[in-house]
Amino acid sequence: MSTVNAQLPAPSRPWEKTPREVLPTVVILFLSLLTVAAIVELTALKGKLPYFLLFLPIGTAAQFLWARYKYGMKAAKDVVASSIMMTGAVAVFIPVVSIVGTTFVKGLPGLSLSIFTNDMSQASFMDPQGSGGLIHALVGTLFLILISVAISVPMGVLTALYLTEIRGPGSRFIEFMVQAMSGVPSVIAGLFIFSAVILTTPLDTSGFVAALALSILMIPTVTRASQEVLLLIPNDLREAGLAMGATQWRTVAMIVVPAAKSGLITASILGVARIAGETAPLLFTVGGADKLNTNPVFGVQSALPFYIWSGFRIGTDEAVQRSWSAILVLLIIVLILFTIARVVGSRSKGAK
Amino acid sequence: MTTNNESSTSNGQERDPKMNADQGVKTNSLSAVANARGEKKVGSNPMGSGLEARGVHAWFGKHHALSNVTLDFFSGTVTALIGPSGCGKSTFIRTLNRMHEFIPTAAFAGEVLLDGKDVYEKGTDVTKIRLQIGMVFQKPNPFPSMTIGENVLSGLHLSQIKMGKAEKEELLESCLVRAGLWNEVKDRLSAHGGSLSGGQQQRLCIARSLAVNPKVLLMDEPCSALDPGSTLRIEETISQLSSTMTIVIVTHNMQQAARVSDYTGFFLSDGGPGELIETGPTAQIFSRPRDQRTENYVSGRFG
Repeated sequence: MSTVNAQLPAPSRPWEKTPREVLPTVVILFLSLLTVAAIVELTALKGKLPYFLLFLPIGTAAQFLWARYKYGMKAAKDVVASSIMMTGAVAVFIPVVSIVGTTFVKGLPGLSLSIFTNDMSQASFMDPQGSGGLIHALVGTLFLILISVAISVPMGVLTALYLTEIRGPGSRFIEFMVQAMSGVPSVIAGLFIFSAVILTTPLDTSGFVAALALSILMIPTVTRASQEVLLLIPNDLREAGLAMGATQWRTVAMIVVPAAKSGLITASILGVARIAGETAPLLFTVGGADKLNTNPVFGVQSALPFYIWSGFRIGTDEAVQRSWSAILVLLIIVLILFTIARVVGSRSKGAK
Repeated sequence: MTTNNESSTSNGQERDPKMNADQGVKTNSLSAVANARGEKKVGSNPMGSGLEARGVHAWFGKHHALSNVTLDFFSGTVTALIGPSGCGKSTFIRTLNRMHEFIPTAAFAGEVLLDGKDVYEKGTDVTKIRLQIGMVFQKPNPFPSMTIGENVLSGLHLSQIKMGKAEKEELLESCLVRAGLWNEVKDRLSAHGGSLSGGQQQRLCIARSLAVNPKVLLMDEPCSALDPGSTLRIEETISQLSSTMTIVIVTHNMQQAARVSDYTGFFLSDGGPGELIETGPTAQIFSRPRDQRTENYVSGRFG
């Protein structure tokens, strides 16, 4: 046998389970499911929840027994642990799918081009679908998000930079205040702006004033998330910058922030997610217009959450249908914004 | 041990076999290596002043980490600082370019003279000091958001030095050539620094510090995270750079100290603050140290 003519071994993946090894698990889980079904059908338990609640212990126990019989106690314990974690993941995933699914199912029927071109100035919530629309609320929400981002992202990121990079006087106190702020109920933020801005200054209810209220909620979220990201940047990089004769400001601006960029974008997204669906602060601040108003500083505006809330409050079939459609639109908008932020963040990081 | 055993570790260094043969009393492998490079250069180099530490003490909070270190670094030479972990070597070189003060609890006493001027003097522009005293860290740390080219030139932007485009390109090439990296990266200057191997990253960091034209280069265990091949490349880079600048290198590797340095300082802490036990030409430290503790350390009896 000469090594020159030796065949190259075929690449294989010996660490992966063969179908033969996987089959018993599948059979066991299927049998557990049948058992659960039998229990649910033959006893007084009804609905989907018992399936979930019973399948967890029965499936886990069956797998445990099989693994113990086949591979021993150590492997059996491992199976139980992964089974529990799997259940946790599913338990989180089910509500998400359920929410998104319900929104699509209930929202789609009311979705048409006309709701993106009309406002509610000529129609009422009780009118049949096709008259009126939510463009005023959609534009209002976009303005709210835009203004809130313009206020909160710089403030939040700068605060985080102060807390992690400069660590100047009052850092502890500021950190404490930020934490306290993140616990403020959203309705309080609305009331605060109502009493501090609307009652005492010439500014009346408007998109800008509502964005101020939302910023109160958004700033702590952005600050805390940014802070976590900045703390992950290795100190080595800061020292390398400083050791090259840079001032602290140049080091932060040229090294720390670019290195943390994608994390800072995530922090901003978290902030947007925090406020996009907020309703309570808007009740006192946005004015609740039913006419399209593209001036966020002057005159009342509306917002999708406000529109959704109005529809459900009226409660007729037509009004509720409008609300569901608005929820779907809001969901899609938030999704689009997140995607844009992600793409922008990753592109400039990879290409430049 | 015979001197021949060393030939593999002293690659790339000029050596004079006669000199090794002449070594009498305490010939060990390290002293042989040190002698092989040492005498010639030191002899031909006048005692030009560059950087001087005078009675340097350092504290972290109440912990006295470094006590009364006085040490001169001569321009055009390489000084190695050796000693066991925790003896204050790194702390010491961080006092030289004022990086020590970034540790919140740090305190300092003494003088560090750069061309006769104390860098700790009130009103000194510390960023100018750090421009003149560059630093290479233990772990390669290229800036992750920058390309290879941007990394090298980052010092210019960081310290706001204006320069024309042609000049920049020239500087970029010369720095990478001096750091011994040019041939490996010239075709991918716009790739990210993180795409290089560890040894290449460290040479990139050296090129980066060279770009602002420092008089002194401090290296804090620059090879401790690298494989022997990369270590050798860095050592070659060090000996090429040493003709034009003052280099201070902290190392745990005594072979390395013997290979690259003209002078060696031995630090030790016996429970208390770290102290400079002995300093002198590298050949002397490794062959006939004056202090018993130095001899114990360089001969591998402890540490």
